[in-house]
Amino acid sequence: MNSLAQMPRCWRLASKPHKFCPGCGHGLALKALGIAIDELNIQNKVVFGCDIGCSLLAWDFFDVDTVQTHHGRTTPVIAGIKRARPEVIGIAYMGDGGGYAIGSQHLVNAASRNEKITVILINNTNYGMTGGQMAPTTLLGQKTETTPYGRTVEEAGFPTQGPEMVKAIAGENAYVARGTVANVRQLKRFFLRALEHQIAGKGFSFIEVLSSCPTNWRTNARDTWKFLEEEMTKYFKVGEIGVTAAEKEVAACPE
Amino acid sequence: MLRKPIEGEKKVFMTGNEVVAWAALAAGAEIMYGYPITPQNEIMHYWTRLAPRFGRKFLQTEDELSAGFTTLGGVLSGVKAFTATAGPGNTLMQEPMSMAEMMRIPSVVIIQQRGGPSTATVIYSQQEVTMTCFGGNGEGLRVVYSTASHQELFDYTIKAFNTAWKYRFPTFVLGDGYQAKMREPLEIYDPELRGIQLVDPEPYVVRPGIIGIDREAAHLRNTYNTEEELYEVISGHIRDYEAVAGEIEEYETWAIEDAEIVVVSHGVVSRAARMAVEELRASGIAAGYFRPITLRPFPVKHLREIADRVKELLVVESAYGQLQKLVQIAIYGSNASISGHLKPGVGVTAAEIVAKVTELRHGKDKGGIRK
Ligand SMILES: Cc1ncc(C[n+]2csc(CCOP(=O)(O)OP(=O)(O)O)c2C)c(N)n1
Ligand code: SF4
Repeated sequence: MNSLAQMPRCWRLASKPHKFCPGCGHGLALKALGIAIDELNIQNKVVFGCDIGCSLLAWDFFDVDTVQTHHGRTTPVIAGIKRARPEVIGIAYMGDGGGYAIGSQHLVNAASRNEKITVILINNTNYGMTGGQMAPTTLLGQKTETTPYGRTVEEAGFPTQGPEMVKAIAGENAYVARGTVANVRQLKRFFLRALEHQIAGKGFSFIEVLSSCPTNWRTNARDTWKFLEEEMTKYFKVGEIGVTAAEKEVAACPE
Repeated sequence: MLRKPIEGEKKVFMTGNEVVAWAALAAGAEIMYGYPITPQNEIMHYWTRLAPRFGRKFLQTEDELSAGFTTLGGVLSGVKAFTATAGPGNTLMQEPMSMAEMMRIPSVVIIQQRGGPSTATVIYSQQEVTMTCFGGNGEGLRVVYSTASHQELFDYTIKAFNTAWKYRFPTFVLGDGYQAKMREPLEIYDPELRGIQLVDPEPYVVRPGIIGIDREAAHLRNTYNTEEELYEVISGHIRDYEAVAGEIEEYETWAIEDAEIVVVSHGVVSRAARMAVEELRASGIAAGYFRPITLRPFPVKHLREIADRVKELLVVESAYGQLQKLVQIAIYGSNASISGHLKPGVGVTAAEIVAKVTELRHGKDKGGIRK
């Protein structure tokens, strides 16, 4: 309980306060991840990879070994490390552009090869760092810099449902969930489950995180949370995916 | 588990791709990441057959972007990792290699050049010189060895791992489709028996120790806040590169002392060039032979010294002036003239070179592609 009020031990103090915009969801997601790393006591074994996009601001975020790579290529870099050094706990952290657009081939193939890594993908329904263009996750009707009149199915298809896709590809082998920065406690639980899945050598784990981008959404605090909690969750269902009821119960146990 | 793939020395008769697989084993490579493309496929085929016997690993990725980036992951984790590709695969490999260049990641890539873009031909060419030396967004801070024989494929594949890990620049062995596929006798050997000390790899991440107690966490980035910050880092890399370039540069010469015309070529073409120069010499023409073995860094000083002494250089290559450009830059300002015998995508025979030199000597060069 208390842990949520404090900074995770594995956060790097020298790089705080962090560089994300006020109200950005990245910080909350990284907090949940930090607590999960602390609770599992794996700081010395983790290699954290971040993408290009706002996630690159996390290149010195943690006191864990970190490598920042190219747009969309974090998954293969972490997979390469894990294949060479199976004892490492590999975490690939990226945006929805990095994971579902430019890097989708890597995500799909890492999932189908059942790479024993954990991929965390921040879904803020747009390309944050480059100034708010359409992402694969942009909702229908949502306005972005490249869909100024709102996204339409005719022009851009349906928003990508990543966890559902990954589950379909990876099946039994994978632990897959969609969390939200509106529920950090639950998000941390999903991260714990994903990392434990990796540590146990079971296979691929993938967590999409619904997250906020007030800068590009051009929203104030109230509208940011409204969009995140009401609009996004209509289309992107929060929860574990393809996990049996019994397993869910175990996961839902108090911390 | 066997660890030493080659005991002592052995005379063998192999294809170039098989040679590369043996050499990588002998060099202590632990893992290969690869994606199929002709004519390098058999490197993977031999590797996947041999590697498990020696406790080594392989990953087949979804494309060359991934093969390049997983290779970087392997290297970052502190093992000797490598990949191999050709043509359009080399194009895709340039993105990971620009990261390797900027972050000083000692990756090793074997290129078996093929002709033209996309499918084009899958056989032979020397058209990947510019891309391998200067591809990607960056300054071309790489090492590129151009091999001419199977013996060299073996020697330089081993050397590539040492060079990469010693100097921490991405290192390429530039072969070609002929070298990949043809069979040739050579000696394979345990490098240590020949006094070659293998440079040990070191991890960039997950080094031993506990973060905050006996080590710092690694924070590896290729993102910079200001132009000046980036400039400073790149300038440091350039200084390092220039400081060691002289040590890395390699070349081969023959009959150069009193030569009036010097044939410059690289890779397998230099085998025809050497034969041609021998024939020309026998017929009383003062021809010489120069072959850069490192195309990056280019042996500028040595070629320049030669150019200052001779009247003429003839560049011969299976490309439309990719080597010729390197030569022009190297000897800029010298009095020697440069002509080219440039045949993109096809082989060159000794007889053609003899004819070309004879023509030039009689001042009546007309045919062929000339710049
Ligand atoms: C190959 C390549 N293409 C394009 C870019 C430009 N670029 C930088 S960040 C970015 C978008 C990132 O968006 P996303 O992955 O959704 O992450 P976010 O910034 O929203 O966290 C793009 C397209 C790049 N760096 N490299
Ligand atoms: S642009 Fe959006 S995603 Fe990026 S830091 Fe700002 S709020 Fe966060």
